[in-house]
Amino acid sequence: MATTTSALGGAIRRREDPALIQGHGRYVDDIKLPGETAAAFVRSPFARAKVLSIDASEALAMDGVVAVYTAADVDSLGPLIAQLSFAPRPLLNGGEVKHVGEAVAMVVAENRYLAQDAADLVFVDYDPLEAVIDLKDAHSDRVIIHEGSESNTIISWAAPFGAEPEDQQAVRDQIEADKSRDDTVVVSQEMINQRLIPTAIEPRRVLAEWNPGYRSLNVWSSSQIPHALAGGIAVSLGLPTTSVRVIAPEVGGGFGAKLNVYNDEILVSWAAQQLARPVRWVETRREAANSTIQGRGWVGTATIVGTTDGEILGYDFDGIADMGAYTQNFTVAIPFLGLFVGSGQYKMPTYWKIDCVATNTTTTDAYRGAGRPEAVYYLERIIDMYAREIGMDPADVRNKNFIPNEAFPGAVSPIGFAMDTGDYSTNLNELLEVADYAGMKAERDAARAAGRHVGIGLSSYVEVCGFAPSGLADLGFNWATYGLPTAFNGSGLVRVNPDASATVIIGTGPSGQAHQTTWAQIVSDRLGIEVDNIVVKHGDTGDSPMGIGTFGSRSAAVDGAAAYQAADRVREKAAKLAAHLLEAAEEDVVFADGGAHVAGSPDSSVGWGDIASIAYQVHKAPEGTEPGLESEVFFTPSNATWPFGSHLAMVEVDADTGNVEILRYVSMDDCGNVINPMIVDGQVHGGIAQGIGQALFEEAIYDADGNLLSGSMVDYPIPTAGDLPAFELHRTVTPTDVNPMGVKGIGEAGTIGSAQTIVNAVVDAVAPLGVTHIDMPLRPRRVWEAIQEAR
Amino acid sequence: MYPRQFEYSAPASLDEALAALANNPAAKVMSGGMSLIPMMKLRLFSPAVVVDIGKIGGLDSIEDRGDHLAIGALVRHVATANSPLVQQYAAALAKAASLTGDPQVRNQGTTCGAIAHADLAADQTAAVLALGATMVAKSTGGTREIAAADFFVDTLTCALQPDEILVELLVPKAGAGEGSAYTKLGRRGGESDYAVAGAAAWVRKTNGSVDAARVALTGVGSKAVLAAAVGDALVGSDGSATAIEAASAHAAEGVNVLEDLHGSVEYKTHLAKVYVQRALTAALT
Ligand SMILES: Cc1cc2nc3c(=O)[nH]c(=O)nc-3n(C[C@H](O)[C@H](O)[C@H](O)COP(=O)(O)OP(=O)(O)OC[C@H]3O[C@@H](n4cnc5c(N)ncnc54)[C@H](O)[C@@H]3O)c2cc1C
Repeated sequence: MATTTSALGGAIRRREDPALIQGHGRYVDDIKLPGETAAAFVRSPFARAKVLSIDASEALAMDGVVAVYTAADVDSLGPLIAQLSFAPRPLLNGGEVKHVGEAVAMVVAENRYLAQDAADLVFVDYDPLEAVIDLKDAHSDRVIIHEGSESNTIISWAAPFGAEPEDQQAVRDQIEADKSRDDTVVVSQEMINQRLIPTAIEPRRVLAEWNPGYRSLNVWSSSQIPHALAGGIAVSLGLPTTSVRVIAPEVGGGFGAKLNVYNDEILVSWAAQQLARPVRWVETRREAANSTIQGRGWVGTATIVGTTDGEILGYDFDGIADMGAYTQNFTVAIPFLGLFVGSGQYKMPTYWKIDCVATNTTTTDAYRGAGRPEAVYYLERIIDMYAREIGMDPADVRNKNFIPNEAFPGAVSPIGFAMDTGDYSTNLNELLEVADYAGMKAERDAARAAGRHVGIGLSSYVEVCGFAPSGLADLGFNWATYGLPTAFNGSGLVRVNPDASATVIIGTGPSGQAHQTTWAQIVSDRLGIEVDNIVVKHGDTGDSPMGIGTFGSRSAAVDGAAAYQAADRVREKAAKLAAHLLEAAEEDVVFADGGAHVAGSPDSSVGWGDIASIAYQVHKAPEGTEPGLESEVFFTPSNATWPFGSHLAMVEVDADTGNVEILRYVSMDDCGNVINPMIVDGQVHGGIAQGIGQALFEEAIYDADGNLLSGSMVDYPIPTAGDLPAFELHRTVTPTDVNPMGVKGIGEAGTIGSAQTIVNAVVDAVAPLGVTHIDMPLRPRRVWEAIQEAR
Repeated sequence: MYPRQFEYSAPASLDEALAALANNPAAKVMSGGMSLIPMMKLRLFSPAVVVDIGKIGGLDSIEDRGDHLAIGALVRHVATANSPLVQQYAAALAKAASLTGDPQVRNQGTTCGAIAHADLAADQTAAVLALGATMVAKSTGGTREIAAADFFVDTLTCALQPDEILVELLVPKAGAGEGSAYTKLGRRGGESDYAVAGAAAWVRKTNGSVDAARVALTGVGSKAVLAAAVGDALVGSDGSATAIEAASAHAAEGVNVLEDLHGSVEYKTHLAKVYVQRALTAALT
């Protein structure tokens, strides 16, 4: 039994695109129900204040206002559920609000405009309290944010992971001791990895409809996690999970911001039930900035002790991460994901610690890369500084300290995690070669000689994604609070229909990743059914197998593998049926060209239609055949996948203005086997764009009172195509052994590899002027100020 | 992003539009809507009536009127930027229009709208100041002309009365020996997005020496302003690189430079000098 048609590896055009490009995509806002109402929220203008009273009488008196709800109405539902929820968010706050933009009341009206008008007429009397905005200030515990807790530090993560604190300290002590050796240098730098606002092109929106007859809820939401959302709503409203159906139709980007169950989603569902009318809430951009999650927000000091000839003896990272006011779905897990890659793809002993600290700001959670871009940023920046300190080429320093190929299989990172596969030097060296690194350096040096400020930046990275194994759930990330105790499984159902088409139903929640294309390729590869004859469905909990959604670059490696295995099981059954029809031995059946034939004699063939026909009419099939031709598989990999890569950039700085221009950007990523190279390139493109966004443009800026100053797109520029050079994308291929396809995740790699690549390049450009570090974003003012300070 | 309730009218003639404004003190003119609508959506601004002048014929032309160009109220940024007349006779304005926003904004927003809007970091405001343009304002009470130097009052505030429509912009045509240029540092770097700092320069050279110069700044204070001291310093010089550098040192003199998210006072003061120097250099070549 073998397959000759391979759809894997083909740059098949995205099947989603005609609808999306021509305006036929259906997003939540395109779905209209009879009798709809619209919700708007009344939000706190204070970062910290006691709610003294709420007067909704004027709002309620307005024509067209249906209801105004406050904390008293919904407190019985409990706070917003989350995983590892140390500081849960009230659904509506009637006590002490803890960040600007926190919801204190919900208005429901006949339309969104009236709802907003009425929200403006809900008068809330606040008693402002001292807010703690600055992360270090919060870390000092000068003012405690959550009443009853002893510290603003919610949890700390430290590594080597799993080691006893004494053993962790021993690593640190050794690093400390190495500092005083004669042949070592110490390089240390405090750096900020600034807060970002995940900016999906489609802000969040939710529409809920309660059917009192069936006592069931239909909820449409722009979500990355439809199943968890259904669970979260069910638990909060006291309904069986099966009574809540969540549909995530087209989702216009998520980047982690839609990987949360939000209070608005619970409240809108609850209101629909109370009112027995559909309720819709549509997020504004300002709400997206203030009230949906933000990402990043770390301050930390990275230190390297190494020999003068480039051997890194130890790496120490000591950081604090901003959790914002409340812990939501993965809030405290994000720094933990950073810890996973704390020592990167290097072999030096590593001590790594981070305190997760509450502040009176918007909650942070996953944003593309989620902890890994931060961790990699610190490591790859300090390696660059170390290389500069000892006067060695940064590529050589990296090559010298990589975990060697001989360590695989079975490599364990100094942080304490087993890694699947890796070949770091080949990847870096191929990048240097395709980019003509030597030529780039000559070009830079010539430009410098001519008085220009040109720099080259390099970064390698390893990331970890497609989280597994099952035991990870025991750390608390098990969705049990959502009523769905489950490990990080993937799921997929593959069905060959009587008409010889295939239907694939998956438990993912894509937001632009083209699962309809990729999964059709996977199933086509296994069954030999043409891609055009395969329909892929996702995002509807009413018909899809339980899945945990699309995030953490997990879908292809985990859910894809489930569909792959499901297709194989279908094929096994089909092979029996084909053998029966062909009067051949099962082992001699080959699947190709939309059917099966006997190995060596392609003329003796049957189509999938013939096979399906007897599968659904078993009186024509071998004795004992069960009717139907489908399989549903849950898949748990034995480990996460560890993609890696190296990125290289050349930039020019205008020293008079601080302006940065990217002259070239070259990447060499390795995500193992590639299902669709065009889609992988698209993921890398977007990832690099967002990494450059962090490096050059984006920052959630708060004033001392906790107002978000950059909460509109006028003040929060995201990179557009016009701001970016044409990326030169390349790949090495090191398949993983943790799933049958050998694929690793690629959704976040571009982001994880890029921010420090740009910063390294800019610092290289202005190093001759005496600059050693500049904190992101490298807006012209920052770069100019750094140059002034150095002079 | 949900505006308060408002009435919308789209009169077919200028007279009807002027009457609508005269009858409704809380009415607001809309041309391209690129700035007005976002402000209404943020509820920063809630006019009772929006008078959309977009349906009025005859306001979308760029005319050569001998010694000046006339740019109508509905001339879009893209038309100003691509007009051979504007490029030849008022290069600073064509350049400023070409650097305004992104293609969507340039296809929809209008040059007159950007000037009436008077954003502190707009591009074409600096250009009309440096070019010594004149605004033609109409109301039911009549027509008046306002010199660019008197037009910009403060952030988002210009000399127009609420019942006036800026019907056209008159720009003197560059003659022999005259040149103009505009350049900026944009908020997303390069020349992209609103100006962190920008400068427009107009210079006239006669017999090898500069006999008139006007320089304007945008983005550095509460409004676009003339940098009068630069022009004074340059006049009488040979317009050489050295002369430009010396004159540029006066860029922020008498200008109330303000800090914002994009730069400190020190940085913006410095940028004023850099961009004045770059604009003058371009205007003189
Ligand atoms: C994404 C984006 C990026 C932008 N980037 C830039 C940039 O880089 N540089 C820049 O300079 N601008 C930028 N802008 C602003 C853009 O140039 C606007 O088009 C312009 O400011 C307003 O022109 P409008 O025709 O759209 O005016 P409208 O939005 O219709 O009106 C703006 C204001 O001017 C008044 N008004 C308009 N026309 C008249 C008239 N004829 N008579 C009297 N009053 C009038 C209106 O009442 C209103 O108060 C940007 C806008 C957007 C949305």
